[in-house]
Order: sequence, then C-alpha cells, then structure tokens
Amino acid sequence: MSIAEQSPGDAPLDAALRDEIAAVARHAEQKRAAGTDALKLVQKRFGYISDRHLAEVAALLEMTPAELDGVATFYNLIFRRPVGRHVILLCDSVACWVMGEAAARAQIRDRLGIKPGETTADGRFTLLPIVCLGHCDHAPAMMVDEDQYGDLDAARLDAILERYR
Amino acid sequence: MMMDKPLTALIQPDGMPLDIAGYERAGGYQALRKALTMTPEAIIAEVKRSRLRGRGGGGFSTGRKWEAVPTGTDAARQHYLVVNADEMEPGSFKDRLLLEQTPHQMIESVIISAFAIQADIAYIFVRAEYVLSLSRLARAVAEAEARGYLGADILGSGFALTIHVHASGGRYICGESSALLTALEGRRPLPRSRPPRSALSGLWGKPSIVNNVETLCNVPHIVERGADWFLGLSRGADGGTKLYGLSGRVKRPGLWELPLGTSLNEILEEHAGGMQDGYECRAVLPGGASTAFVMNADFDIPMDFTSVQKLGSSLGTGNIMALDNQRCPIGMLRNLEHFFAQESCGFCTPCRDGLPWVERILAAIEAGDGEAEDLDTLARHVSFLNSDGTFCDLAPGAMAPLGSGLKHFRAEFEQHIAEKRCPWHETAESWA
Repeated sequence: MSIAEQSPGDAPLDAALRDEIAAVARHAEQKRAAGTDALKLVQKRFGYISDRHLAEVAALLEMTPAELDGVATFYNLIFRRPVGRHVILLCDSVACWVMGEAAARAQIRDRLGIKPGETTADGRFTLLPIVCLGHCDHAPAMMVDEDQYGDLDAARLDAILERYR
Repeated sequence: MMMDKPLTALIQPDGMPLDIAGYERAGGYQALRKALTMTPEAIIAEVKRSRLRGRGGGGFSTGRKWEAVPTGTDAARQHYLVVNADEMEPGSFKDRLLLEQTPHQMIESVIISAFAIQADIAYIFVRAEYVLSLSRLARAVAEAEARGYLGADILGSGFALTIHVHASGGRYICGESSALLTALEGRRPLPRSRPPRSALSGLWGKPSIVNNVETLCNVPHIVERGADWFLGLSRGADGGTKLYGLSGRVKRPGLWELPLGTSLNEILEEHAGGMQDGYECRAVLPGGASTAFVMNADFDIPMDFTSVQKLGSSLGTGNIMALDNQRCPIGMLRNLEHFFAQESCGFCTPCRDGLPWVERILAAIEAGDGEAEDLDTLARHVSFLNSDGTFCDLAPGAMAPLGSGLKHFRAEFEQHIAEKRCPWHETAESWA
C-alpha cells in the first residue's frame, strides 16, 4: 500500500487541533501571523499538510487557501506531500560538502535505496537535502526528525539509522 | 581575565545553560538594572561610542541603526525590536552557541536594547532547525517573566516589554531583514523595497530594528562596563570581541571568542590547530558563503571589518571555511551556487534565472563538459548580479565567491575545460 493511500490527510481536523490552532492565532498580533505555527501543528500530527488541511487552517486564520499555500510552499520544512515516519535532513551545504556529505548520501542510497526527495517503500524514512544546519564544526551533519547528529562516518551513520523504526 | 571574553564567560563546561537563579548569581540582569536608570538616548550614545558593528554580516554601526528610530511623544508607536536568529549562512554556527548555552544573556540583551529604542514588543526569529535554541529561549522568557524582567512594569521602571519567540519554517532569505519582517507578518517572505527603511516602517508598518544575535549579546556588557572598556577588547578600531569559527579539514574545528582583529593565521594555526596531516589550506571563505575567497598568501590579515574588506572580501559572520588541496575549487563553487539558486526567493528575474544558470555552467565544467566561453558567461553574471541589478543582497552575495573564484582559480577552471575532466573527481563519494 502506498503512503498516499494510507494518508489521513482527507479527514477533517479534529476539535482539539482546531482549538490549538485558534489558541496560537489568538496569541499572535494578527491571525495570519500564526500561519507557520499552525501549519507546524498540523504537520506534527499528520506528517504533512494536505490540501484539505491547508484550506481548513486558512479558514481559521481568515486567509484564502492560496495565500496560505504561498507561505506553506515557500518553506523548506513545511511538507505539502506525505513523508515517511522519519525524515532524514542531510546537510548538503559547503562545510559538509568539504567533509564528506557525498559519502553519507551514497551510504544512505546503498542502505535504504533512496535518493534525496524519496521515501523508502516501507514508509520508514524520507531523505531530504537541507541547507547548512549550523553544525559545521561537526561536519558532516544531519538531523533525523528533531534530533541532530554530527561527525558522521560510515559506522556512526549506520548506528543512527538503526535507532529509527 | 574572565571579562576578556564577555559573550562566552558564562558558558558552562557541560554546555548546559544557567537557569535564571544561576545567571543572577553570576551577575546577570545587573546590566538591565543599570540600563533602566539611564535614558534611552544615553544607552544609544554609549553603544554608538563603543563602535559595535553588526555581527550578522552587514557590519553596520549598531548605535547608528538605533538612532534612526523616531523618538519623542509624537513618534509612531509601537516600536519593535527583532532579533535575527535565523542563522542560515552556510558555514556559520556562532549564534547557535549563544542561543543554546546563554539564553538569559540573550533575553537580557533584548530587554536592554528594546528599552534603548523604546520598543514595546520584541521578536526572536529562530531558524526552524534550532530546536534546542527554541526550547531554551522559551524557558528563559518564562523565567524572566516570572521574575518581573518582562511584562507591564519592568522592575518598577514603567517600561513594558513582551518577547515572542518565533520558529521559522526554514528558508535562507528570511535572514534578510525585510523578508524576515514579512515572514513574521505571516506572508510569503519576500524582501521589501527600500526606502522606507525598517527603522521607520518595518513590522506591520511600524518602526522596527532588526539585529543579529551576537551583536545584541554585546549590549549588556557595554552598558555595564562602558564603551572604553569595549573598545579595549579589540585589536582594531571597532570595538569588542568576535566569535570566530573555523570548519573544514583542520585538526580542531570550532568556535572561539577572540579580540576583534585577531589574525586569520592565529585562528587557523593556534586555535584550530592547523590543517590535518596531508591537507594544505589553499584559501578560505572568511565569513560564510556570501564572502569572497581569501587566498593563503593573505592569511596574515587581521579579521576585522576594514582589513577583510580591503582584500575585496568581507568579515561576514566571521565563521571561516577552509578549502583544502584535496577538494576541487570548482566543485566548491558549484555547491555554493546550488545553495544560492535553491534559496533564491524567485521574486526578481536576474536572481531567479541567473543563479540556476550559473549552477548549470559550473556543474558542466566540473563534469568535463565546459567550454571556453563559459568563463565569460560566468564573469558576465558576476558583473550584472550586483546590488543595482537585483532586488536584495542574496545574488550579490552569491557572486562574491564566484567573482573571486574566477580570479584566483583561473588555472583550475581552464584545466577542467582543456582536459574535459575534474582532476579531483575520484574522491567524491568515499569517506576520507
């Protein structure tokens, strides 16, 4: 079964999540200013922002879906398509390039069979390139979900991937 | 002496931040108490006299920036102070240290600086990936609120301030100060045209000052110790220390607080321990991806604003990246231009279309498919993608390493084109 078929993105946002979004909107100086926070709340629950959810959040913030999509699609870390259970953010900027990002990318390709932008068939990992993570003194660096890792080498990279099921 | 390194003096060996009680015991929030006895004008004058210049890359005088905010009873309200903690300049990792390990120093800096420009509300705009910075700042704000350092009547002074910690969705252009303000307003974060300057019409059209994390963290120390002391910390004309970083094939990559104007050689050899065995440093980007190469013949330069500028580069963030002899300079440029092409906001045509073109040409040259006239095409981009030809500083920044690379690595460009291959190619996918 593909990830898209499993996607809960077609279900309406539940009352609790709508309340959370309303709360961040109240805290903001203008409702629309809560857009990034609101999208992140939805993404935390569903992994990505479906068209349906985008429209619902836009209505809560008194924006048009197009306006909110202009925000959502601008950001590297707001996902408008489904991702795997864990997202690997592999830094491809210059300090990591110097220190062996290509080797890390090749190893992920060999172990998981995915290139940047792809998701494993079992939905376990999505690999995405990310700009400089500000961890350059420990390059090459990456994040998995919200966890940061540096000083990657072949053994360490394998051990990290094992932690995520 | 401890205060030779004011920014990092309170950093603990285990990297854990002091809580508010620990920070107060170490002298924290005393500068705030002093500041509230001064007039805002006196604080601005002292900061101006200290010759504190922006540590985010711009290098503009902080005091002069602050002076532009309208004052007086008929001035527009409210005022905003915005902290640019969107540290996304490739190769830069200095603000992260201050945010993660000295969050109360950041909060105290914000309160004093907000008082100086009479801001009512402050935002700390943090890049999305700095998860630890975000949680520690949120905690520090809550602790400061509970102690009366934030809120309606701060320490009985009548001054009121609210701090919001904002997590970005992640995009390099948000570090551009006007795009950052647009992002905070919840709109697609494109840079704005200037004039008007943000100091007059910024966030929601109100006077707003945007300062870098490291810049602001100097302010409590200037207030407490004075401009003369601050000037004395530096080895040059501009005041203070600098958080210098070095990454690449050095023995000890890292971050050090040193006198502003410390030489590049000293940072590389003494603090970073020199290059790893078997590697030579050919050149560096002195302050991020948007700065021009400094070649190893010039490594005796003091790393201050004026000296680096005289060499045709800029201090930028002061976080240095080493290009070693086992890495292809054309490959490095291709990597840099890929970054800029991807992160272009797409608003103005020269940047949106020019940068991907540059990236494609560099990739072709690296792959052995380059032609002699490609070098002219690249040079033409360098001459057109300047501040007159593009809307903001992104594309001119992208041209800094390219312009200097075309000059200093001419022989390598020509070798790739003549031999139709990259001499460094075989090292690409193997762990060193």
